Amino acid sequence: MVLKASLSDFDGIGGFFCPQGIHMKTTKVIDSESFRRTVNRLAHEVVERKKGTENLVIVGIRTRGEHLARRLAKKIEEIEGKEVQVGILDITLYRDDLRGRLDQPQLKSTEILFDVTGKEVVLVDDVLFTGRTIRSALNALTDLGRPALIELLVLVDRGHRELPIKADFIGKSVPTSLKQEIRVLMTEIDHEDAVVLLETEGDGKESGQ
Amino acid sequence: MKLKSRHLLGLDGVSKEELTLILDTAASFREILDRPIKKVPPLQGKTVVNLFFESSTRTRISFELAERRLSADVVNFASSGSSVSKGETLKDTARNIEAMKIDMVVIRHSAPGSAHFLTRVLDANIINAGDGWHEHPTQGLLDMYTLREKFGTLEGLRVCIVGDITHSRVARSNIFGLITMGAHVSICGPTTLIPRDMEHLGVKVYHRLEDVIPEVDAFNVLRIQLERQASGLFPSLREYHRFFGLTKEKVAAARKPITIMHPGPINRDVELSADLADGEHSVILQQVTNGVAIRMAVLYLLGTTN
Repeated sequence: MVLKASLSDFDGIGGFFCPQGIHMKTTKVIDSESFRRTVNRLAHEVVERKKGTENLVIVGIRTRGEHLARRLAKKIEEIEGKEVQVGILDITLYRDDLRGRLDQPQLKSTEILFDVTGKEVVLVDDVLFTGRTIRSALNALTDLGRPALIELLVLVDRGHRELPIKADFIGKSVPTSLKQEIRVLMTEIDHEDAVVLLETEGDGKESGQ
Repeated sequence: MKLKSRHLLGLDGVSKEELTLILDTAASFREILDRPIKKVPPLQGKTVVNLFFESSTRTRISFELAERRLSADVVNFASSGSSVSKGETLKDTARNIEAMKIDMVVIRHSAPGSAHFLTRVLDANIINAGDGWHEHPTQGLLDMYTLREKFGTLEGLRVCIVGDITHSRVARSNIFGLITMGAHVSICGPTTLIPRDMEHLGVKVYHRLEDVIPEVDAFNVLRIQLERQASGLFPSLREYHRFFGLTKEKVAAARKPITIMHPGPINRDVELSADLADGEHSVILQQVTNGVAIRMAVLYLLGTTN
């Protein structure tokens, strides 16, 4: 579905800035129905490949990875009937662009209330792009302990890796150009569940991490 | 959101939003202090010099730990055994150290305004760790953090600072910060140790502990500097203790238990009785722990902006 929409239709898109009145092309890659199905499928994939929930913990990267992690954990509990521990990782302190930026990202807490040592961690983020966020997350996670295994789950893989990182569980691969931007919307913070592809003027990597 | 200034010289003039940013950032760092690995990388490659022209244990160790936990390189300087004892000026000392390519300076000095002075001669970020009787902003912040942690908010909180207000930079930083955050601040001490016209800062002045005890949620007890007695500002430590020393018997007059804070080092049974200092309503050791988180927050916020 390709539609022309004015930006005001996307008030819920966090952090996206563009002068008012500019019309841009947006494409909905995943709507709320297929969003739900994708999360369900990912939950089944994790349980299948892990052969259960033994030793499994789910760690979401703030902000949308956190909500995605909670939904996955809930679904896995439905499937297996066992509780899965969820942690939240804030990677701000581990970013490699902390000093070059004009604005300062708000530091939030990492909330991992269990020992990760010996655990099989599924690291969850919304979009996999350059891989730099995941690199930061791996450093942050290994500073907390020594997991037995870390696997990566993302809702969208949009390509353009700058580091040797790949995802183990992928919701949907969306080939993109650098002029495009991927926005994941979730009802916890936005007004709907969706994944949207936006055409932008600049180099998408500027806000890429 | 970031701090307006590249330096932290005092809490006078720092906005409520900025104070909240520092306290919230410190809360994130507080979690790191409970981890098995307490080190995070944001100040990697930055060099911080701790310039301490006055003796200090707590503050210097607290700053050094904060710097190391943010992965900064740390150089310590103490005036004894340095070129200062050979007559070098503050400006020369500072510029020589900066010539060795450093990024941030933490300074403690007996002269009020010494931190301000450094901002004019150096390019580095300057953090005031106490300048004479003027301000000690990180102590003020950690006291505010500890109170916010205990009570949930500073808005409307009734805090009384007891002791030698005249010679106290801790009192001044607390007054500025707490009033900005909407707390009701009072001070209590002998007339000889309270400056005139303190009401202009927005604080209530008391000269009898009995009058203020029913009116407060928390006491911040200042250390009585023993050398003040020699200059005749109070007759004897025993008399000071009798009138202004906080004891279990005196605070028992309050309807609710009163939280006890002290910036340290404590003169036990002079300004504060040992049973109160070690009692269940004392947050003195939490203050020390929170101090590291506050200093990490300040170093992080100043050190990662351009």
